[in-house]
Amino acid sequence: MTDHALNARDTGTTWHLAEQEDHDHGGNGATVLGFWIYLMSDALIFASLFAMFGVVSTSYAGGPVPREIFDLKLVALNTAFLLASSITFGEAMPHLEAGRVGPTRFWLAITGLLGLAFVGVELYEFSHLIAEGAGPQRSAFLSAFFTLVGTHGAHVTVGLIWIAASLVQIGQHGLIQPMKRRLICLSMFWHFLDIIWIGVFTFVYLYGVIR
Amino acid sequence: MSDTLLKTVFGRLTWESFPIHEPILLTTFIVVSLLGLGIVGAVTKFRLWGYLWNEWFTSVDHKKIGIMYVILGVIMLLRGFSDALMMRAQQAVAFGANEGYLPAHHYDQIFTAHGTIMIFFVAIPLVVGIVNFVMPLQIGARDVAFPFLNNLSFWLTVAGAMLVMISLFVGEFARTGWLSYAPLAELAYSPDTGVDYYLWSLQIAGVGTTLSAINMVATIIKMRAPGMTMMKMPVFCWTALCSNVLAIAIFPALTAAFFLLMLDRYVGTNFFTNELGGAPMMYWNMVWIWGHPEVYVLVLPAFGIYSEITATFSGKPLFGYSSMVYATVVITILSYLVWLHHFFTMGAGPTVNSFFGIATMVISIPTGAKIFNWLFTMYKGDIRFELPMQWVVAFMLTFVVGGMTGVLLAIPPADFVFHNSLFLVAHFHNVIIGGVVFALFAGMTYWFPKAFGFKLDEFWGKVAFWGWVIGYWVAWTPIYVVGLMGEPRRVHHFDDTSIQPYFVIAAIGAVIILVGILGFVMSIVMGFVKRKQLADVTGDPWDGRTLEWSTSSPPPAYNFAITPVVHDLDAWYDMKVRGYERPASGFRPIHMPRNTGTGVILAGLALALGFGMVWYMWWLAALSFAGLLVVAVGHTFNFNRDYFIPADEVTRTESKRQHLLQAGA
Repeated sequence: MTDHALNARDTGTTWHLAEQEDHDHGGNGATVLGFWIYLMSDALIFASLFAMFGVVSTSYAGGPVPREIFDLKLVALNTAFLLASSITFGEAMPHLEAGRVGPTRFWLAITGLLGLAFVGVELYEFSHLIAEGAGPQRSAFLSAFFTLVGTHGAHVTVGLIWIAASLVQIGQHGLIQPMKRRLICLSMFWHFLDIIWIGVFTFVYLYGVIR
Repeated sequence: MSDTLLKTVFGRLTWESFPIHEPILLTTFIVVSLLGLGIVGAVTKFRLWGYLWNEWFTSVDHKKIGIMYVILGVIMLLRGFSDALMMRAQQAVAFGANEGYLPAHHYDQIFTAHGTIMIFFVAIPLVVGIVNFVMPLQIGARDVAFPFLNNLSFWLTVAGAMLVMISLFVGEFARTGWLSYAPLAELAYSPDTGVDYYLWSLQIAGVGTTLSAINMVATIIKMRAPGMTMMKMPVFCWTALCSNVLAIAIFPALTAAFFLLMLDRYVGTNFFTNELGGAPMMYWNMVWIWGHPEVYVLVLPAFGIYSEITATFSGKPLFGYSSMVYATVVITILSYLVWLHHFFTMGAGPTVNSFFGIATMVISIPTGAKIFNWLFTMYKGDIRFELPMQWVVAFMLTFVVGGMTGVLLAIPPADFVFHNSLFLVAHFHNVIIGGVVFALFAGMTYWFPKAFGFKLDEFWGKVAFWGWVIGYWVAWTPIYVVGLMGEPRRVHHFDDTSIQPYFVIAAIGAVIILVGILGFVMSIVMGFVKRKQLADVTGDPWDGRTLEWSTSSPPPAYNFAITPVVHDLDAWYDMKVRGYERPASGFRPIHMPRNTGTGVILAGLALALGFGMVWYMWWLAALSFAGLLVVAVGHTFNFNRDYFIPADEVTRTESKRQHLLQAGA
């Protein structure tokens, strides 16, 4: 710094930005960055739940073991719903970029329906397990199973509420800039939940059944 | 019939939940209520509700939110410190036949509340508040990246603090220690409301802290003034960045641990129970993965404060800026790899313990480098020993001792002996008071004129300084000694009367600290009384070096009329040396975020949700949860969130300042 300080009162230095960009608060990529950071913190919550599951995944306490209670066909169907919903969300994105309201809403609605099917199947699976006496209170393994899978399901439910609100808001305002920004965040959120599910599917269901 | 109705409406809340038979609590309650009524009365009498609501509670201005955080922290400090005085008084008298004045069951609540409040509702709000106020000014920004989120974060922290305060008068607080270890915190061993109060208040406040951290990181990365590259960013902003990145990395672990413990207590799952395969040590791991880095979340911004003050009052650029940045980053990473040293006695084996022991000791290297950097900044500097600088010197002398006892505790075999002793308690009070608290007082003294336009009263500031510094040493040296002799922590009565003198001295030390705290309050009061005399019209009362001193004191709502361009690390010093001139015209309308009451409403609903869950009032919990959803979703339907400050208003504000500056010069 001192070489500047030595020749004091030099001229021609710009001290201010004369042309001021009208920076929108949360604009210039800050919202997307902030949301991405939030997703990372959420990923760490899931990491903690996975770690918890890992520690107690064989603590059956004399209760049911994965092989007895997991219905892989049902889980495969559910996985298909969720993965397909990621594809349909992907279909919405080019329309979003181009500002085409109709197709964007259409693909978002399809995504929402697939998500709804996913949550429905999960609720069916849960109620079935509880009816069989394999509820979350039975053993540490089941506590961790219900919590990990249920936390993911709760996230998907939040995503569904978000999709519903977005469908209404697109109808009210069209695809204005703040709306596009929100949908980009929603898209990241949705794909993030897909990645988490792949972890759940692999480590909880598949690995649980083979061991 | 009416019994079931009562249970449905009030859950487990009954007349017995109110501590009308405990004279200490009853007196406290009466005093607090009278004080509260007095404040409410005064605000109503002077018709300030509208002003408070419009200008402060709903404000999204980072400066006002920062100030509100600091006020919250100072108020909660008074509560947390009363707990400390009560413990010191108990331990000073409870020897031999004397049982002291606090029953064990009350004493346990006090030490739990003391730790919980001091970390979550004193240290965090004060650090977050100072970062909130100072950092956007230092990077030349007009606000943070997400102004509404900032307001919401603050009010969620307030909601958590209020829930802890409610537990003082309605029901009980936890008796499980400040981290509420499982399985003691499980329903089987702690069936009353204490742990539930603890979990809900910290969960609500924790959401606020996480959101605030995301906000600060996005702000620092995206909103720096043109020319301010990362390596031209003030050290305080670097430490704020690292501290908040760390907070984002650790709070999820705490949230998850508390969430699982809540499930155990409410749903009957078996995560941390002794039965049906539960793994209690997993709780310890998760809370300490949060807990140890949390120390650095607090102390890194403290190091930033010391760095700013040392450079300013030595009249020199900071020695070893880049090494300071690297040391900060290294500490951030290492702090994530040491959590297990909090339970070496778990029995993880020598390999694991060695790793965590060595990792812990390694942290002292970058920290030591920082101490040398500050010393070399002072070396041959033109040092002005004003109040903030005095705090820095006191910090260096005090903190180094705490650092050394920390390295001592990091040696696993030594830790097996000191584990759970008062030596450990003395160690962490040494680093937290000497490191964090001294920095907070230094920072509040340093930036107070920036926030309010006048300096704090110097005489009372000195009383605060000497009270804290002398009080700290008198209070904690004897605790180090008895800890070394093997006294365990969290004990409310001693049989061995020969160690009583140590505890009497410690109690005297606590009273000296009380003088320091009252001195600080008085320095604000007397500063306000003498505000004409102590006024700062230049905006740069300490001959500062960074951008916050280039604007007026207090800064206008928009901070900078025209965005500054940065050429040097010490941007404002550079401007002063190279003959910068204030722009007098050419102002444009300024785009600003609009105030909103949504944050207050959401936090109020979160508080109701917490209270309903603590007392098993399921209808209240369900209603407030539904309310939270409706208000949160409803808020997204509001797209009208900003406005423009017209150019002529900016011109008026700026020319008023120009007149002031010329009158002063």
